[in-house]
Amino acid sequence: MLRVRLEFSGGAELLFGGSKAVAAELPDPHAAGTTTVRELIAWTKTNLLKERPELFVQGDTVRPGILVLINDVDWELEGELEYRLQDGDTVVFISTLHGG
Amino acid sequence: MASRKGCVLCNGERRALVKIPSTLAPSCKECFFLHLENNVYNTIVRHALFKPGDRVAIAASGGKDSTVLAHVMTTLNKRHKLGLDLFLLSIDEGITGYRDDSLETVKRNEQQYGVPLKIVSYEELYGWTMDAIVKQIGLKNNCTFCGVFRRQALDRGAAMLKVDHIVTGHNADDIAETVLMNIMRGDFARLQRCTAIQTATDETIPRSKPFKYTYEKEIVMYAYFKKLDYFSTECIYSPNAYRGYARAFLKDLESIRPSAILDIIHAGEWYQSAQQVKINVPVAGGAGCGGTCVRCGYMSSSGLCKACVLLGGLDRGRPRRAIAADAE
Ligand SMILES: [Zn+2]
Ligand SMILES: [Zn+2]
Repeated sequence: MLRVRLEFSGGAELLFGGSKAVAAELPDPHAAGTTTVRELIAWTKTNLLKERPELFVQGDTVRPGILVLINDVDWELEGELEYRLQDGDTVVFISTLHGG
Repeated sequence: MASRKGCVLCNGERRALVKIPSTLAPSCKECFFLHLENNVYNTIVRHALFKPGDRVAIAASGGKDSTVLAHVMTTLNKRHKLGLDLFLLSIDEGITGYRDDSLETVKRNEQQYGVPLKIVSYEELYGWTMDAIVKQIGLKNNCTFCGVFRRQALDRGAAMLKVDHIVTGHNADDIAETVLMNIMRGDFARLQRCTAIQTATDETIPRSKPFKYTYEKEIVMYAYFKKLDYFSTECIYSPNAYRGYARAFLKDLESIRPSAILDIIHAGEWYQSAQQVKINVPVAGGAGCGGTCVRCGYMSSSGLCKACVLLGGLDRGRPRRAIAADAE
């Protein structure tokens, strides 16, 4: 099992039934140190995403225009999809696709 | 496990938290803030957007761009002693559950930045809220109404504030997206205008875009790390599918090559300079021809301005609505 905190903002929360933060527990075989952000996105899509999945995922990654931070660091500096999650990590998804 | 890259801008003194899209530099929070602020400051200076003593209205919607713009403008005004008198100017379109919520954000900004706020509403200017307009005409052309009304409302609000200048939160992504849309629509007149950092005619108050070279990602990251609160719901009346496709396409390009956004703006600028030679004279009918609306006095090349033409159509519909209401 892997425990991570997920946050949604910038309008992304609207795709998750309005929830801005979720304490997620990914069941086995997900585990700290092996599960990647790629797998987290797939799990999030299956288990949390409430509507219009095409506004959140594209292929095996997030839709371009959604910013991702891992423990408050731009995921582009953390290996993006390949980052291996640890227990207690926080992953933030911010949509930039909603009105300015 | 997380890597610990150092910031390249302060020689690894602090940890990098953001990859800056325009330079790809891994940057710490402090250097990133400074990067964005300096970028805007350089844009202001290079294009001589303001002079000391100017009264400047920040068009504030409560969304991410204008919220960050208000923050950056107040910061730069203090830091560089620009000598600007800043105001927040908001338009209340009268959309329940959308604008009333976002205006709360703007009211908080007024307190946080100590910048006076002026709200002008469609209802006071035109006698119609967008809610009432949509009730009457449905969801077909409502965005046309809203666009025409907003442009004029901003001008009128700015006139009430007696400002010399309006700044809007349009960022590099917005401008690149507009370049693409104007190409796809074959709208050459707009293509020429849309990359201009400042638009001004004799009749209107100059408008400029200090975020012209600032990526949307930078604005959103700035708001995130500064913990600026903004309102981020799409307008309930505006699906705007066409712009959505242009945006998605642009974001796809950006994910492959981040410079695509500035490249597209650059391409738009070149179209402009190549064509100006040929068609400088016959732009009759555009703004700047000197006419005014016979009904409301707003600048207009024909007898009635666009807003008054639209209002004429709406007001004709009014009795019908009243009869329909009676029949219920
Ligand atoms: Zn630094
Ligand atoms: Zn008029």
